[in-house]
Amino acid sequence: MPEVKNRQAVTGAQAVANAMRQINPDVVAAYPITPQTPIVEYFAQYVADGLADTEMIPVESEHSAMSAVVGAAASGARAMTATAANGLALMHEIVYIAASLRLPIVMPVANRALSGPINIHCDHSDAMAERDSGWIQLWAENAQEAYDFTLMAIKIGEHEDVRLPVMVNLDGFIISHGVEVVDFIDDEAAKKFVGKPIVKYPLLDLNNPVTYGPLDLYDYYFEHKRQQIEAMKHVKHVFKQVAKEFEKISGRKYDIIEKYKTDDAEYIMIALGSTAGTIKYTVDLLREEGHKVGLVKPWVFRPFPKEELQEILNGRKAVIVLDRAASFGAEAPLYEAVKSALYEAAVRPQIGSYVYGLGGRDIKVEDIRKAFEDAFEGNLIADEERYLGLRE
Amino acid sequence: MALNIMQLATLFADKNPGITQGHRLCPGCAAPNVVKFALMIAKAKGFEPVVGLATGCLEVSTTIYPYSAWNVPYIHNAFENVAATISGVETAYRALARRGRLVDPDKKYAFFAFGGDGGTYDIGLQSLSGAIERGHKFIYIVYDNEGYMNTGNQRSGSTPPGSQTTTAPVGKKLSGKVQIKKNIVEIMAGHENVYVATVSTSEPMDFFKKIEKALEFDGPSFIAAFSPCVRFWRVGDDKAVDISKLAIETGYWPLYEVERGVYRITKRLKELKPVRQFIEAQGRFKPLLKKADADDIVNEIQEYVTSRWERLLALEEATKDKPIR
Ligand SMILES: Cc1ncc(C[n+]2csc(CCOP(=O)(O)OP(=O)(O)O)c2C)c(N)n1
Ligand code: SF4
Repeated sequence: MPEVKNRQAVTGAQAVANAMRQINPDVVAAYPITPQTPIVEYFAQYVADGLADTEMIPVESEHSAMSAVVGAAASGARAMTATAANGLALMHEIVYIAASLRLPIVMPVANRALSGPINIHCDHSDAMAERDSGWIQLWAENAQEAYDFTLMAIKIGEHEDVRLPVMVNLDGFIISHGVEVVDFIDDEAAKKFVGKPIVKYPLLDLNNPVTYGPLDLYDYYFEHKRQQIEAMKHVKHVFKQVAKEFEKISGRKYDIIEKYKTDDAEYIMIALGSTAGTIKYTVDLLREEGHKVGLVKPWVFRPFPKEELQEILNGRKAVIVLDRAASFGAEAPLYEAVKSALYEAAVRPQIGSYVYGLGGRDIKVEDIRKAFEDAFEGNLIADEERYLGLRE
Repeated sequence: MALNIMQLATLFADKNPGITQGHRLCPGCAAPNVVKFALMIAKAKGFEPVVGLATGCLEVSTTIYPYSAWNVPYIHNAFENVAATISGVETAYRALARRGRLVDPDKKYAFFAFGGDGGTYDIGLQSLSGAIERGHKFIYIVYDNEGYMNTGNQRSGSTPPGSQTTTAPVGKKLSGKVQIKKNIVEIMAGHENVYVATVSTSEPMDFFKKIEKALEFDGPSFIAAFSPCVRFWRVGDDKAVDISKLAIETGYWPLYEVERGVYRITKRLKELKPVRQFIEAQGRFKPLLKKADADDIVNEIQEYVTSRWERLLALEEATKDKPIR
């Protein structure tokens, strides 16, 4: 395997696998599913070449992958796996258990349409199905962010005030397989940044035997859920703190949400993941034409950046929400959350919902422009779900 | 090396079997003894047990928060994944040992996974097979009570034909479950490097020896423990051992082991008692025995039991000195 230089053109999958190599977790469970597969393949090669000395568990299913990393993390190991779509859905039951047991597992998800019919390309239906599972969700726009977030996720999840698992979302194929230039941090600096695992109540401590996963009936369950709810509330300050530390070693600055040309913007678009890049390009074009437009991109989707959005969206003319997932019989998930945040805004903007890109359908500059133009014309109707790039 | 009587006596007097009193399993349930036998032998041989448990009677009855009947490290994850969970634990152990991060580096660990028959024969079969194929060093013990008891006596792949269950009940038209019990031991023995055995709490010395073997075996082990459910088998709560003995004497639950493909019967029977005796001793077959086709089903079970016993004898003969690998 060729040496990884500090600045290199790599796929997103390679970037994430390189972060994993630098983290050098104690245990990684691997199971293939397109478009996640290259992440665990690259990582397995690193291990085979002695560039990481992680114990790999080549499991027989994603359900067992998540089960095994739960066992490993409870034991006191730093444990990771990666997945997408149907794999994530197969894990679903254990995804909840990982969060409930407060295990800081980190899992990159190469977002892909959740069947059926079967489709291997990008949308966000897989991650959205897990949004209430108790995992922190970070969303990357490109390979650089996917790499950075994989490193940051370790520190966020393990933090004393949090102790929760973290999903690093990267758009399937678009990020996982697209080649981009990525700035890597030196191995030493990365290792120092993630530090030694912070372990709580390890199962393998024989002097203090613990019972993980007891039967928790009506007399305590609610209180335990409350603790999880509280832990999520700590994520934002921990994220900011970790982001600051990360900035010191990388020069790259992260926050709960990214604001792109929003200072004087009258029209703001909101989207997750790689499409934000295309939107930034479109914003630049529209700015040249004199339109006051901007983009808000949540880097953190769970916990939901409600206050941050309220603060920035209050008093704008219009908000256009782009969703790469549908919610059948209800509003699209990001739109629904943004709309709910706006309920408390002093001056509510107009709001519009656009679903796009299901099953990997391309999203074009013209599509984004069209949505902005609807807003310019005052032609946004709340709750009228519209579609970009769909053949009518 | 087998434990001698003195060691066993100390062991039982010591009364630290990993699972304590105060659990809420039904009085007379065989399951807690399955656990105690296994863990006590591990401790006697100098191992520190770490336990994984699948959802089921044993799990819900021993860990009602804020109480826990376990005084050894214990993890319950879900119903179908105890083998995968323990494979994560065992892998973490190896990683942490290698990296010098174990709290107790000088102790000998023994990894156990316990599951009911539902969690083993049915929903957990895939994760179990995967974990065995990967060769994790752990001992999987199914406490086989032949049904989903925690959820109220539904049929499992282990339920014998004609036994009354709620999802395959005996009724006017149907005679309950029609399929023969799945042969989990053969399925597990079909893996390449594994020690597999059947045990029963009514044969403690045999049970202990097999646990010792499993502890020493260089690879995964699978042990099927006959585990009467006094509640749903409709027998007295002092009857678990008697019923187990009948199961062995009739050949319904033969005691044997398969070590890397080599079969060995560990309790040789000169002749088999009729299976009918085992069936008639339990209330769960009562509805069947009232039906006109009862004899057909009893005969079917008898035929199966007899031919399986003969097959075991033949396998023992055929496989001796022919281990896989
Ligand atoms: C995925 C899933 N399906 C179903 C259940 C419900 N359930 C819990 S325990 C159980 C039966 C357990 O039966 P078995 O494994 O034989 O153990 P026993 O209760 O008989 O000791 C079932 C069906 C569950 N917990 N999870
Ligand atoms: S229902 Fe059966 S298996 Fe469950 S605790 Fe009672 S006797 Fe044991």
